[in-house]
Amino acid sequence: MNETFQLDGTSVPFEPGQTVMQAALAAGHYIPHLCYHPEFKPHGSCKLCTVKVNGRTVASCTMPAESAIVVESDIEELNALRRSLVQMLFAEGNHFCPSCEKSGNCVLQALGYDLEVHATGFRHLYPDRPLDASHPDILLDFNRCILCELCVRASSEVDGKNVFALAGRGITKHLIVNAESGLLKDTSIALTDKAMQVCPVGVILPKRVGFSVPIGERRYDQRPISEQALDDAPRRTDASGNCAACEGTP
Amino acid sequence: MNRKLRVATTSLAGCFGCHMSFLDIDERLLALLDLVEFDRSPINDIKHCGPSDIGIVEGGVCNAENVHVLHEFRKNCKILVAIGACAINGGLPAQRNHLDLGSCLTEVYLTEPGLAHGHIPNDPELPLPLDKVHPLHEVVKIDYFIPGCPPSADAIWKFLTDLIAGKTPELGHGLIKYD
Repeated sequence: MNETFQLDGTSVPFEPGQTVMQAALAAGHYIPHLCYHPEFKPHGSCKLCTVKVNGRTVASCTMPAESAIVVESDIEELNALRRSLVQMLFAEGNHFCPSCEKSGNCVLQALGYDLEVHATGFRHLYPDRPLDASHPDILLDFNRCILCELCVRASSEVDGKNVFALAGRGITKHLIVNAESGLLKDTSIALTDKAMQVCPVGVILPKRVGFSVPIGERRYDQRPISEQALDDAPRRTDASGNCAACEGTP
Repeated sequence: MNRKLRVATTSLAGCFGCHMSFLDIDERLLALLDLVEFDRSPINDIKHCGPSDIGIVEGGVCNAENVHVLHEFRKNCKILVAIGACAINGGLPAQRNHLDLGSCLTEVYLTEPGLAHGHIPNDPELPLPLDKVHPLHEVVKIDYFIPGCPPSADAIWKFLTDLIAGKTPELGHGLIKYD
């Protein structure tokens, strides 16, 4: 490991095959992200991880690390862009945090806090997608979905069940359940599935366990996501870019 | 001595929780009263908002009277502040945006069991509900937002003291929350 690139003025080592995001997180530098997850292939939909590489804006989760490139991330221009992206996601869905079971444990909300988003400022869309409460153990609230596709990826790649998919185009794009009835009860999803664990917002929820953690002890109550994401991120990777430390982490 | 700043407050489609959180600044309210005087507010008897420096509005906009009051505040306040989740994105009351207003009223006033001689109130004295609940910024320009349901007293205090000191209010980590 002797190749490096510059990130906000510091030197970041990387191994061949790593993306800018992977190398940055491994070296302890946080780049805001929402659809990126260390255990899955990059997705590139949230755009929160946008950085400037040699002056051009690119998604750091998909940008291969290259020797001697100059990467800017924590600059006001990009943080303002990230703020707008978070605001757009909030305006697109029904993110009524005061009654959401994921509040305090939600990645979108924690990013809003970290980026000092006070309000959306956009016209709210108030989508009207019915809940799917058909499954005995699991509830789906589609109006909070940010289309990160983590559940889609987890269900097909890890669980081997292919329970979820995205359907539709443009603003009507939405999460669906892969069953003839379209209902979760007609799939083989289980509480122990990876797809249950990866939703960064309050779409996929286990029934009857909401509001179980006291306020003050929830995941993002005490420390901002910029610190926690580094705890979660793999620190070592093998030559092929696979992460040994990721095994078994939720 | 400088003139005291004039502060107006009101609750539209709110629960008065933001005002309660405001009062949670406790004895700091006495320090605040050295710096400001109140125009129209639910904590005094003034009926209409006069020229003010700061207007603080909790609650979204859910009926015709809310629209009138909000316009009155915007017209009279140099700085208009949306406080709380309802004012910012409609809040939990905006969960009725899924529903047809007519069927809401019918269920509550006509078909709900236990109603004797129920009818949907129709006196012109009563403001008509809007078909949807709206955040304040969809009706008038808002200068600042204090998020939270409600925002903590510390957030409200920090915001107001910054603003009164002539600084751009900054909440920072721990004081920004949406729940």
